[in-house]
Amino acid sequence: MLKISNLKTIINDTKILNGINLSVKPGEVHAIMGPNGSGKSTLASVLAGKEEHEVVSGSIKFLNENIVGLSPEEIAHLGVFLSFQYPVEIPGVSLMTFMKACLDQRQEKLKQPAIPASDFIKKMRETCKSLNIDPDWLSRGINDGFSGGEKKRNEIFQMLMLNPRLSILDETDSGLDIDALKIVSSGINMLRSSSNSFIIITHYERILNYVVPDYVHILSEGQIVQSGGAELAKKLEETGYSEIIK
Amino acid sequence: MSEENKILKKVANEKYKYGFVSKLESEKISKGLNEDVIKLISKKREEPEWLLSYRLKAFERLKGLSSPKWANIDFKEIDLQSISYYSAVKKKKKYNSLKEVDPELLKTFKKLGISIEEQKRLTGVAMDVVVDSVSVATTFQKELKKLGIIFCPISEAIQNHPELVKKYLGSVVPTSDNYYATLNSAVFTDGSFCYVPPGVRCPMELSTYFRINEAGTGQFERTLVIADKDSYVSYLEGCTAPIREEHQLHAAVVELVALESSEIKYSTVQNWYPGDKDGIGGVYNFVTKRGVCHKKAKISWTQIETGSAITWKYPSCVLKGDDSVGEFFSVAVTNNKQQADTGTKMIHLGKNTSSTIISKGVCAGNSNGSYRGLVNIAKNAKNSRNFSQCDSLLMGDKCGAHTFPYFECKNNSSTIEHEATTSKISDDQLFYCRQRGISEENAIGLIVNGYCKDVLKKLPMEFAVEAQKLLEISLEGSVG
Repeated sequence: MLKISNLKTIINDTKILNGINLSVKPGEVHAIMGPNGSGKSTLASVLAGKEEHEVVSGSIKFLNENIVGLSPEEIAHLGVFLSFQYPVEIPGVSLMTFMKACLDQRQEKLKQPAIPASDFIKKMRETCKSLNIDPDWLSRGINDGFSGGEKKRNEIFQMLMLNPRLSILDETDSGLDIDALKIVSSGINMLRSSSNSFIIITHYERILNYVVPDYVHILSEGQIVQSGGAELAKKLEETGYSEIIK
Repeated sequence: MSEENKILKKVANEKYKYGFVSKLESEKISKGLNEDVIKLISKKREEPEWLLSYRLKAFERLKGLSSPKWANIDFKEIDLQSISYYSAVKKKKKYNSLKEVDPELLKTFKKLGISIEEQKRLTGVAMDVVVDSVSVATTFQKELKKLGIIFCPISEAIQNHPELVKKYLGSVVPTSDNYYATLNSAVFTDGSFCYVPPGVRCPMELSTYFRINEAGTGQFERTLVIADKDSYVSYLEGCTAPIREEHQLHAAVVELVALESSEIKYSTVQNWYPGDKDGIGGVYNFVTKRGVCHKKAKISWTQIETGSAITWKYPSCVLKGDDSVGEFFSVAVTNNKQQADTGTKMIHLGKNTSSTIISKGVCAGNSNGSYRGLVNIAKNAKNSRNFSQCDSLLMGDKCGAHTFPYFECKNNSSTIEHEATTSKISDDQLFYCRQRGISEENAIGLIVNGYCKDVLKKLPMEFAVEAQKLLEISLEGSVG
């Protein structure tokens, strides 16, 4: 589904990603771990098409299409979702208005029929319920005055509404208390299927107890230095990065 | 909501939509301003003697005045002698139904997206449509008449209700008020008149579309709205104008009189031609709008200003009676080389009076937007309150937003609160929206509409949608 080959990027003349190779098949969950500044968030941004990062070599193929150079909205329409590490606030734009705009534009771009309002509202309500979200959120401005944990739950809400093929979760677990972590994890597991894939960027093994990954990769200085199964995260928790990155 | 999205779709690459000129036969007086021209205007309109002397008095005063220089705008002085002061759509006969109206005119309405028939049938909006300076179509007259409500062109009111016009014309904005109001008093041609009798609640939104149509014709509208005791009226005004290479002067005067315990809501969507991206062309909009609130009365001004090369406009409330209320809700958008100096004046004279000001400025391109507001609480206006909130949103780094608040409080039992913020649309906000599949242009529209929500929600439904669309259209191409 996703194939990243020898990806190198720079920002303001600084090399960040330095030859990433990663292949994600449908239904797989990949965890990416690594010390601060190793390029994890850059990888997420580049996959989502953020323009300040320049891809100097390599390719990113998603569903057999090279997505390097596509606009963020084009990549989103292909089914890539990014749960932001620091979700922004957009005062005055209600979550309901926002989700409707997202879905309507996608349906139009993909030449799909518009989603009937009744289905849309039903889906919103169900999703609120499954994430234990107060329906009042729907009429509030996006993330306006939300706590850190609420913002992250809101990201998962949007993910479930948009039903993406590939979800990239950039430190979604950071700053969550144990109850919120469980809710967020259950949201991810709800979407998990044989056709939907995930890249979970995290510092902590904690979330991986709830969302068990198929692969764990360790990123250092813009390269994947080690890959393994779920047990690699456990080992990392015990030894720290210094044992692995030499 | 689906309406909102239909609008979102339309935004991409839309130029100023209303740039066409309708080929109506116009009757025009040759350029220039002198006593004879004023006499001619008055004669053409078959006006009574008292109005002619009102006009001439104003003209006499105008001779000693020059245009005010204090606003934060930059433009070439307008030569009043280069303007033609009267342009009437030639009347073949009086119109009793739409069928008799010039088909060219009906086409104009269609291009503007106003189907009068539809308006009549579906929306319950009575339209008094002004093309150039003469009103040619008035609808819903009969229904309003049953309630005793008078809603007609002011020229008709002068003929049919001279006692009302004589009593209130110039009572809120005197001929001596300011340069542009004085000019208007001397040369105004037409506009709307509304009177709501005591105890009557006007059941529909009264609406007027203004349009400047004749090249080089200054337009001098005069509007007078009177709400008698315990009455209520909501008045909507929406504007579009065709593309012209030369600047067009618009100097309107609007007077509102809210008698005891009455309420007037006055909403404006102003979308006149702003000029091209280099600042060529565009309407100069110098407007004087003011209302007087008697005891327990309330006036709300809501304005969405997106058009005009220059906007100079301060809809104000004189809170004369005790316990009266004044409100001002404004969104002013400037893009390219547009300049806006707009705000309000809240003059508290009565006891326990209160006023609210919410102003949202949005500046993009090379434009300049200023909020200028005065809150004046007089010595006898005990226990009065004001709350002001003035926010500016900047897009790009070549525009300017300015706030000029003036406060005067002459007693110690009143309170004034003022809040002001300046913000920018951040790249992070745009990227967030785009990652969710919303294009940059639509994301800007969404964010700006969210920012202006507190004001937009004050508009009547019919206008809220149009206003959102306008905000998006006026900010096209402002980022990236």
